[in-house]
Amino acid sequence: MEIKLKINGIIKDLTIKDGEYLQKALQKIGYLNVRKACETGSCGVCTVLLDGTPTLSCSTLAIRGVGKDIRTLEGEKVEVEKFAKVLTSEGADQCGYCSPGFTLTVIAMKRELSSPTIEDIKHYLTGNLCRCTGYMGQLRAVKKYMEVK
Amino acid sequence: MFSMKEHLMVDSLEEGYDLLIKNKNNIILGGSSFLRLGNKNINLGIDLSNLDLDYIREDEENIEIGPMTTLRTLETNSILKTNFNGVVSRSVEEIVGIQLRAVATIGGTVGSKYGFSDLITALMTLDTYVELYKGGIISLEEHMSREKVEKDIVVKIIIKKDNRKSYFIAMRNSKSDYAILNCGVSKTENNYKIVVGARPGRAITNIIANDELLDNNLKEKINELIEKIKFGTNMRGSKEYRKLIAKVLVERAIKKLEIL
Repeated sequence: MEIKLKINGIIKDLTIKDGEYLQKALQKIGYLNVRKACETGSCGVCTVLLDGTPTLSCSTLAIRGVGKDIRTLEGEKVEVEKFAKVLTSEGADQCGYCSPGFTLTVIAMKRELSSPTIEDIKHYLTGNLCRCTGYMGQLRAVKKYMEVK
Repeated sequence: MFSMKEHLMVDSLEEGYDLLIKNKNNIILGGSSFLRLGNKNINLGIDLSNLDLDYIREDEENIEIGPMTTLRTLETNSILKTNFNGVVSRSVEEIVGIQLRAVATIGGTVGSKYGFSDLITALMTLDTYVELYKGGIISLEEHMSREKVEKDIVVKIIIKKDNRKSYFIAMRNSKSDYAILNCGVSKTENNYKIVVGARPGRAITNIIANDELLDNNLKEKINELIEKIKFGTNMRGSKEYRKLIAKVLVERAIKKLEIL
């Protein structure tokens, strides 16, 4: 099946199989930071922004991305750099495997929630699992980032 | 992992229904997030995404929800947050993470009659109806209790606005996991409606008259009720454990209702 997807503002032509998920489709055309991990919809590693909403690309059929604005890490460079600075300054990045999905979710949260409490932040990030950091460093980094104008 | 021979975005419900009944391996696609965990051999995946079925609207009597509405929309929608103590919104907010809730749909959940569903339990505490393309409008209880039914499409979920109070509570091994057991209780002028789900079987409803459930016999009545419910064992919990938890959750939900 031939489809057109708008990825980071650019229209791309893709050939997909019927029933193919977005994560696989994006990896095939070089978006390697849209990573495969649990494949059960539990870990949030494969998160992309679909019309601004954090969405599991491993559980979204690729064809449902047609007509939507798909954002990966490459499409959010300015915010990614801001967040990367605070993330590293808090020592909150270890193996880095979960970082792309986590970072996109944090960026979406900053846009969606105006003045979130710690509980709001934890709730928003429940779907992003990290097996290295223990979350405390990440939480400190997120709090700092939310204050960055 | 499932296999899908063909995927089609249909232009109308009529087209979707005609294709659905053509082959036993043709299915209606919901969010398709749970689908990937199974190993179905699908001939045709019928996609309703282009039919504008993602909506929540209300009039004086009903709240209507389109089947392609995601759980994340249910969680954040102001109509659902302000009616029935926000029970529908609260019931979905612990389901995995916001990214999965942005994919999973109410139609997929209700249409599949998932036993583990938190949402179905919350909806069953209310006066909820399911509109099916061919089968017409039936109560959610009837929909859930039908063992073998003709293939059909969930067209709409309808909740009657009767101003009842409702409360949902679930027990999980860890945050964002599936519930070991969930429970919902609502109160109308005459009755308590007590729903127990994730038994791990499908949610079931019990009605108890208000005057039967008094403070001095609350535990006794709950014990009586729970003893009649059939529980099962799976990797998340044994039937004995579920039975004990059910008594606690139902009591907590009833007490919580009193102070809402």
